[in-house]
Amino acid sequence: MASLRSTSRLFAASRPLFRPATFARSYATVETKNVDPVPSENPSMKTFKVYRWNPDKPTEKPSMESYQLDLKKTGPMMLDALIRIKNEIDPTLTFRRSCREGICGSCAMNIDGVNTLACLCRIPTDAAQESRIYPLPHTYVVKDLVPDLTLFYKQYKSIKPYLQRDTPTADGLENRQSPEDRKKLDGLYECILCACCSTSCPSYWWNSEEYLGPAILLQSYRWLVDSRDERTAERKAALDNSMSVYRCHTILNCTRTCPKGLNPGRAIAETKKILAA
Amino acid sequence: MARLSGLQREVLSLYRKCLRAIRHKPQESRSNFKNYARAEFQKHLSVNKKDFGAVEYLLRKGHRQLEMYASPGIRNIR
Repeated sequence: MASLRSTSRLFAASRPLFRPATFARSYATVETKNVDPVPSENPSMKTFKVYRWNPDKPTEKPSMESYQLDLKKTGPMMLDALIRIKNEIDPTLTFRRSCREGICGSCAMNIDGVNTLACLCRIPTDAAQESRIYPLPHTYVVKDLVPDLTLFYKQYKSIKPYLQRDTPTADGLENRQSPEDRKKLDGLYECILCACCSTSCPSYWWNSEEYLGPAILLQSYRWLVDSRDERTAERKAALDNSMSVYRCHTILNCTRTCPKGLNPGRAIAETKKILAA
Repeated sequence: MARLSGLQREVLSLYRKCLRAIRHKPQESRSNFKNYARAEFQKHLSVNKKDFGAVEYLLRKGHRQLEMYASPGIRNIR
């Protein structure tokens, strides 16, 4: 964001105060000249290697493109670097981003070999070492860093991630819950479905069609333990087959990679305990 | 006719699926749909049959498009 702000301020200084409204905003344009009018004293240039693939030219193979950025003029996070690359160097670079504070889960990607959110990942300060940015592994790529999460969302839909009740509450008001029951949902409801964990799971790589994957199983467990839900038996029956849950071999890549610090591995283990009981 | 590879057969099967889907469209717009489907395939005639990655991607894209245009809400195409 810092980079965004600094360029727009430079821009503002060089233009007259009042202009025709048609020029009020320009989209997807690059300032070709004067990108860096005042280079910093001793810039620390870092190389970012970014995975590029353009669906409009399917016969061209994916490639890694290098971009050089001065870390002293870039915000602290990887997302800042990407936004700066898109704004100042290459507007064709494509990635998803929205909240820039780790609550939307849009900017999930594979940075230096780890699935994480670009907005929560600090740029390693070692400028000599290059950073490599890939889309989430084992996903179909829509373009550049944008993965196709259709299957992931389809699986999420399949677990019916909403409250299912047949009986209205006694007083017709909210479905109440004791503080102890509410506590069971801690560590589960925080999941933002960024798909970092599912795409880091080798078991999910090989069986993504049938195995639900850690993110979805965490959500499924969240509804299993919800004291207000009345379809627990149905939910259990849907999971009770060899593929949905039992492809989890406690590799625990999910827990290790989760950018929100959750523990899908534990949720899956608890699910297995519920199913076995 | 030469024996086709699995991938080539998949492409043909996608094309057939498109033609079948067109039969569910209203009579007057069928020719439009057919022209569109043909044009979509013809765009990529130059792709090498051994370029598996590209062909597979185009197949996936084709299936997605077919699914979308097959919905009964879409009655004509230009």
